[in-house]
Amino acid sequence: MSSKQTDVKDLIERKYEHGFITDIETDTVPPGLDEDVIRLISRKKGEPQFMLDWRLKSFKHWQTMSKPNWAKLNIAPINYQDISYFSAPKRPEDGPQSLDEVDPKLLETYEKLGIPLHERARLAGVAVDAVFDSVSVTTTFKGKLAEAGVIFCPFSEAVINHPELIERYLGTVVPYRDNFFAALNSAVFSDGSFVYIPKGVRCPMELSTYFRINAANTGQFERTLIIADEGSHVSYLEGCTAPMRDENQLHAAVVELVAEQDAEIKYSTVQNWYPGDEEGRGGIYNFVTKRGDCRGDRSKVSWTQVEAGSAITWKYPSCILRGNGSIGEFYSVAVTNNLQQADTGTKMVHIGKNTKSTIISKGISAGRAQNTYRGLVKIFPTADNARNYTQCDSLLMGNQCGAHTFPYMEIKNPNAVVEHEATTSKIADDQLFYCQQRGLSEEDAVNMIVNGFCKEVFRELPMEFAVEAQALMNVSLEGAVG
Amino acid sequence: MLIKINNLHVSVNETEIIKGLNLTIGEGEVHAIMGPNGSGKSTLAQTLAGHPNYDVTAGTVEFAGQNLLDLAADERARAGIFLGFQYPVEISGVSNIYMLKAALNARRKAAGKPEIDAVEFMRFVKEKAALMKLDQKFLTRGVNEGFSGGEKKRNEIFQMAVLEPKFAILDETDSGLDIDALKVVANGVNQQRDDKCSVLLITHYQRLLDYIQPDFVHVLANGQIIRSGDKDLALELEANGYDEILAAAKA
Ligand SMILES: Nc1ncnc2c1ncn2[C@@H]1O[C@H](COP(=O)(O)OP(=O)(O)OP(=O)(O)O)[C@@H](O)[C@H]1O
Ligand SMILES: [Mg+2]
Repeated sequence: MSSKQTDVKDLIERKYEHGFITDIETDTVPPGLDEDVIRLISRKKGEPQFMLDWRLKSFKHWQTMSKPNWAKLNIAPINYQDISYFSAPKRPEDGPQSLDEVDPKLLETYEKLGIPLHERARLAGVAVDAVFDSVSVTTTFKGKLAEAGVIFCPFSEAVINHPELIERYLGTVVPYRDNFFAALNSAVFSDGSFVYIPKGVRCPMELSTYFRINAANTGQFERTLIIADEGSHVSYLEGCTAPMRDENQLHAAVVELVAEQDAEIKYSTVQNWYPGDEEGRGGIYNFVTKRGDCRGDRSKVSWTQVEAGSAITWKYPSCILRGNGSIGEFYSVAVTNNLQQADTGTKMVHIGKNTKSTIISKGISAGRAQNTYRGLVKIFPTADNARNYTQCDSLLMGNQCGAHTFPYMEIKNPNAVVEHEATTSKIADDQLFYCQQRGLSEEDAVNMIVNGFCKEVFRELPMEFAVEAQALMNVSLEGAVG
Repeated sequence: MLIKINNLHVSVNETEIIKGLNLTIGEGEVHAIMGPNGSGKSTLAQTLAGHPNYDVTAGTVEFAGQNLLDLAADERARAGIFLGFQYPVEISGVSNIYMLKAALNARRKAAGKPEIDAVEFMRFVKEKAALMKLDQKFLTRGVNEGFSGGEKKRNEIFQMAVLEPKFAILDETDSGLDIDALKVVANGVNQQRDDKCSVLLITHYQRLLDYIQPDFVHVLANGQIIRSGDKDLALELEANGYDEILAAAKA
């Protein structure tokens, strides 16, 4: 509706009503967004001038944009002036002091997911003793990575220590003008991760292992940049199967991947933000822009995602297949229960010759949830012999949920080969009965059938996460049948 | 006595299909049930296995000293009831052995036993597969996914062999089998029988009974057992069809 758009614009243009006071000493900025806030964020982080300029440009552009309306989502209006765009990391004494103070339901979920004890406390926001045994582990990892020449650090650190890399690559995959949420993120992003893999280096470990120990509370406007230089290889895992608590409702992250010649990036996500209660109250809005640029010949970007959380998910990890012979892959499981909504999919843009892409999407809906696959396969005239294979499967549980598939294709080269397969199925009573007749409880039977449905995607995940992802599926669909 | 069915009445979608059925099966006995299409054979099988669509409106079923009708389908299975389906369903992406292992462990858990060791399980399963002359590639394929009609039936018997039930109901497991497969299936059933498993064989053909000698043969028509006898009754049916018996029952 156009009236809604003007509301947002009004709000954006309106000055913070109570007068904005810049107080460099405080750690949290009052809600509201204007140029002063952006200058303050940048100053607090000690950023170089180019970074501030870029943020300001992004902000100016964002003010001219309006929220996208094309997704099949029902989104309550967001008041961008109600959000506080900078807050220092929480002090330990603000959180619960021990697991005894944490919601028992949350602990029960951790238990079901098999989260190790020492991690449960951190996830629940309990102040964890600083000498807990991961410190030495972290140091070992750091040593190994440094030896290989890999840079892996918080984004804000990279801005200070490697400004030349940031300036060269930032916004080259997802320009700040790309979309409403990407522009907002570019203006106000808090932190995130930065990875650089030098030429010919195979990153000596899954970056997940390290990441899981360190990266709690990455914030609501996360920004990640991964650069794989020529002939290098890296596997990165974002997120965690455990439900993360976060008071910020809006999450608008940006992830940029650059794969140079013969480089390969494997990016796996397990997203389990709070989905809201059974009536959909209080869940996270997860509006993410993720894109991989296969810049060099024979480069490869592979996305694997398991989207289980959030009230609303709006997310299309994409691949720009620029290099000749480059490869893009997208493997996705999106599960929605209760009143969750997901509009997710991918874009595969074939520009180089002999480029190949594969899309495997599995959508599971239960309760009153809506699950949409939206994908674009675009083949440029230059992309001789491009190949795409797309498979979209939907699984419905119960009859109040919905599954929708929107596969778009733009094919401008006659010798492209594009295949598309789609299925929609229900967990049939007869399948359940068959499993139960063999002795499985109804719950175990549902879990088994769902996991079977997701198998092609789960097997793309790093081993330990595949197991966790299965457990996550089971917890997410609890009570969906029966 | 393992199972005792007394005056069983079953309705599906408000239509009465089983109308006062009585049947008692002893331990290690094999009973064959024959009868015209639509007479209620599969309905009886599904009802005993606990399918929720079948409403028991009257009667009792006692199984190994328990009231069977009080148990949910999965509880019945864990108590030792196995149904070889007339139409086994496909479950894609779930491997045959994965499901079997889950099923076996569910039973062990119910019996207070620990989960089966992975190596031991594989050895056990391979042994049973060999017995059923089931190629090992079927173990890792999705449950019945893309199996031929005969392969599905053979897979049912293989599952039975792995799960070692107390009471197996085999609903037309012989239909669609070639001669060699029929022998293999019969062999599997006879093996179970030696292990004191009771069997309810639903079949249309005398042929199966050449390989599995039943202790009793019953004729089910219009929701009731109208005649019972020994294995010669099957031969009589093969020769004369149901008309005579049906007419005699009406009279
Ligand atoms: N779900 C159902 N809804 C309606 N009618 C049903 C249902 N299931 C069974 N019936 C009816 O009940 C009757 C008995 O069916 P059942 O499958 O038990 O027969 P059967 O003896 O196994 O036959 P066949 O030899 O053909 O396998 C049939 O008339 C069938 O149409
Ligand atoms: Mg039948």
